[in-house]
Amino acid sequence: MEEKSFICTACPMGCKLIVRMEGDEVIKVLGHRCKRGETYGRQEAIAPQRMIASTVRVVGGLHPLLPVYTKGSIPKRRISDVLAAIRAVEVNAPVKATQVIIPNVIGTGVDVIASRDMPEVRDGN
Amino acid sequence: MQKKYDFIVIGAGVIGCMIARWLSRYEGRVLVIEKQADVGMGTTAANTSIVHAGYDPVPGSLKARMNVKGNAMWDQLKAELNFAYVRSGDYVVAIGEEELPALDTLMVQGKKNGVPGMIMISGEEMRAREKNINPNVSGALWASTGGICDCFQVNVAAGENAAMNGAEFKFDTAFEDFIMEGDRIIGIKTNRGDFLSRWVVNAAGLYSDVVMHKAGVRPEFKIRPRKGEYFVFDRADIQIDNVLFPVPSDAGKGIMVTNTVHGNTIIGPNAQIIDDKEDTTTTIPGMDEIWEGAQKLIPTLDRRHVIATFAGLRAMGNGPCKTPGVNYNKDYIIEIPENVRGFVNLGGIESPGLAASPAIAEEVIDLLKDAGEDLREKKDWEPIRQARPRFRDMSHKDRQLLVEMDPHFGRVICRCENVTEGEILAEIHAPIPAVTYDAIKRRTWLGTGRCQGGFDMTRVVAILARELGVSPLEITKRGHNSEYLVRETKESEAADDN
Amino acid sequence: MIIKKKYDVVVIGSGPGGLAAAIDAKKGGADDVLVIERDVELGGILLQCIHNGFGLQTFKEDLPGPEYAQRYINEAKSLGISFLLDTMVMDVTSQRKLFLSSRDFGYVEVDAHAIVLAMGCRERTRAQVRLPGYRPNGVFTAGTAQRWVNVEGYMPGNNFVILGSGDIGMIMARRLTFEGAHVERVLEIQSYLSGLSRNYVQCLDDWGIPLQLQHTVKKIIGKDRVEAIEAVAVDNKWNFIPGSEEIIPCDTLLLSVGLIPENELSKKAGVLLDPVTGGPFVDEHFQTNIPGIFAAGNVVHVYDLVDWVSMAGSEAGRSAAEFALAEKARTARYIPLVPGKNVRYIVPHKLDKQALEQGDIHLQMRVTRPIEEDVWLEVHGENNRIVRRSERYVRPGEMVTIVLKPNMHAEVEKAGSLTVDIYPKSEA
Repeated sequence: MEEKSFICTACPMGCKLIVRMEGDEVIKVLGHRCKRGETYGRQEAIAPQRMIASTVRVVGGLHPLLPVYTKGSIPKRRISDVLAAIRAVEVNAPVKATQVIIPNVIGTGVDVIASRDMPEVRDGN
Repeated sequence: MQKKYDFIVIGAGVIGCMIARWLSRYEGRVLVIEKQADVGMGTTAANTSIVHAGYDPVPGSLKARMNVKGNAMWDQLKAELNFAYVRSGDYVVAIGEEELPALDTLMVQGKKNGVPGMIMISGEEMRAREKNINPNVSGALWASTGGICDCFQVNVAAGENAAMNGAEFKFDTAFEDFIMEGDRIIGIKTNRGDFLSRWVVNAAGLYSDVVMHKAGVRPEFKIRPRKGEYFVFDRADIQIDNVLFPVPSDAGKGIMVTNTVHGNTIIGPNAQIIDDKEDTTTTIPGMDEIWEGAQKLIPTLDRRHVIATFAGLRAMGNGPCKTPGVNYNKDYIIEIPENVRGFVNLGGIESPGLAASPAIAEEVIDLLKDAGEDLREKKDWEPIRQARPRFRDMSHKDRQLLVEMDPHFGRVICRCENVTEGEILAEIHAPIPAVTYDAIKRRTWLGTGRCQGGFDMTRVVAILARELGVSPLEITKRGHNSEYLVRETKESEAADDN
Repeated sequence: MIIKKKYDVVVIGSGPGGLAAAIDAKKGGADDVLVIERDVELGGILLQCIHNGFGLQTFKEDLPGPEYAQRYINEAKSLGISFLLDTMVMDVTSQRKLFLSSRDFGYVEVDAHAIVLAMGCRERTRAQVRLPGYRPNGVFTAGTAQRWVNVEGYMPGNNFVILGSGDIGMIMARRLTFEGAHVERVLEIQSYLSGLSRNYVQCLDDWGIPLQLQHTVKKIIGKDRVEAIEAVAVDNKWNFIPGSEEIIPCDTLLLSVGLIPENELSKKAGVLLDPVTGGPFVDEHFQTNIPGIFAAGNVVHVYDLVDWVSMAGSEAGRSAAEFALAEKARTARYIPLVPGKNVRYIVPHKLDKQALEQGDIHLQMRVTRPIEEDVWLEVHGENNRIVRRSERYVRPGEMVTIVLKPNMHAEVEKAGSLTVDIYPKSEA
């Protein structure tokens, strides 16, 4: 039997969780004070997930960068690959918030979408 | 590269720029070289900005003569160059009865030096003039000719006036050696090439010894840096009405408490002799020492109101006084040496260098004339250098007119000190351009307030890049090696998974 | 855009507090709502907070800062709220007059029936002041670095040490790591984490960035640019523990040592500040001690979740609109009395329309010249006659009186001003 410990991030309370595992199976979650905490503990022990936010280059916009994020969480162990995929992208202004920038990023089933509108700026002001 | 000048001045501090300003009045090509990115980044950048009255230097010394003569020139200098200066008077304050004799000594000394307008006042009178003074004050010497200024503005103004009248300035240009023909200096070698000139003036401040030794002049002369640390207080939290000195000691004029032309109060400096001419670090023992010293004059100071600290180095020399009978070995050197021709040599211009600066410049002109130099005044010499508008000092009505005239003055970049883009642009395109963040900060006072650049920094970097036509990656705080930004965000490999 | 002389509600700042206030002021019935923003676009600090964690309460979604802001921006625009961008408020008076400065519109004066202060916070920099050493480049507040990295597109360094375990510091630790920089250490002077534990997990623990509690920076090393910092352990009273010093090579020190509500404008307007929060004293409607001046968001006190800021902004905006409408109604009841033909002056100069319901109002005047024949004395609005009576003559030396009676109230209500003409019947 193995014990893993985490700080829960489901809400700002930050309960200290202990997850007992037998191989790949979760036997018990301890230390949570709500259902979401238990769910978080299970997920974190088996396959931790994260939401990622970053920026992509944008051409012809008010700013040179467009903030983007994964609409949903992706496996923590694949963060570097997601970041690399984001780094490879360049978009053209104008962009609308929630516009899909990278559909199904590296096959995770999660889209990378724009966090904001990015208006087009023509005269370089 | 082989252009020939008539005068090269080494150093663009207040002494170098003041000399250049005086030289630029006469026919002849003037070049000022400066190893740093801007004028006044050495001693001039970090001192108390006091225009001393002249009771402190040893009677008979060149220091004393230059101080008193220089002090008297400041009203006209301000009228011509338009910098912040007030002849506010200064006080030497005696705490306790045992310190009163020291005031008498200063009074006698001041009279010997020819200082006008000195009066003794009682402890009670001093308490009336400065509410928060130590209640044990026993009396004070009031020197009504003392003053305060913005020494950096003085430096810039003098330099700009010189530039307006044809003087050239080369920054990031460091003196390396002289070019000699026998015993005559005919030029200098720098890290940016050679420059020929009939005369070279040594205004190199902390490095004036190194420069003169290269010409074989005064091998025994040595500059030892004397470090002084300072605290600056928030304008909103504290109000000192006067310029206050303690009774002097062997170490110097002592740790003072003074208001400044910007309305802040500053305290300092201490006096620590060090070896490293580049060491302008503030230190914990130093800061404790000035804190303790200042409390002697104003016990009610609150350390929580300190918003900035800095340290400056004075160029303390070991020049012997030339006046017969005066035994003093820290006097100014201002001379045309006998063993080398084409050289005006200055050394050891520490306090009261700022007060003395116009007199020193005149002294250099006199020395050149005595040496046979035929100085002819330029027909179109312009003595007046106008000040540029300061939005923060203007009324609502005047601001409206200024913004109508040039909309760039409507865009406020430093919110805390109300400095506008128009002012920043004016400094970038001034006769001596400001090309670093600190250069703009020193000139406009931007970034010195509550947020210490938090709002304006990214904007000033962008404006500088745009106006200078370079990438923001090249913009620096204080010259090369102090860039803000290292690369674009989207350039690097990803972080490894953990 | 034409800038009006007077607005119902003026909001200073377009961050989450300001936008929520503007929206709910408009929905609350204020017609002319103006938002003034010193940056080049709306959104405030949220625009650079590109990480998730916003909107869990408000929208039941986990949004990044810019998207949270975008929703409010979209709503504000659709409601027809006016905006001034790249504009700085220079002064606010207790009479609710504002002085604005911008390159596009110049230096202008604007009046407001009500004001909402929503200027947010600035970052504390004092830690830097206490640090001995040189003043090299490479010491930045975390927010300044965030703006460069996320908005302007530049990295301010390659190797970082972060002082302070506040949220901004931890968020930047992760952000910089994502963009290929190296974050060596996070130092926290207290014995506890300053920010949210969620951020500790996702920003530091996930990335193996060490956090040292009860540690601080003793010295900055480097003359033109940071070369290293000297870290040191401290006790519960923040005294350095001798022998615990460690030199950490780096080229950038980020300061994440606290936020201070930005209240310089509030002070100018005479708003009283609580020294504990650093922000204005406010009631449950977020009104300050100055009637008609409200405050919402981080300018009042430092919040942890943006959702509460929006809630406060909504309340402040709603209350500001209510105040503005009452104010408008009060002052709009007054109409001027205008001397017309042959009338030199009239007293009173203005009258409260509603007062006419309560009783007679006597208008007293003098003529400019004698008219020795039958005259009409006529009071009229722009489009309607209120009352007319006659006299056998009028002379400058004798005061003339016209009485307005309560039964004239309905007609007076229609008028924006009342003019009195006196003229010979023969000219009618």
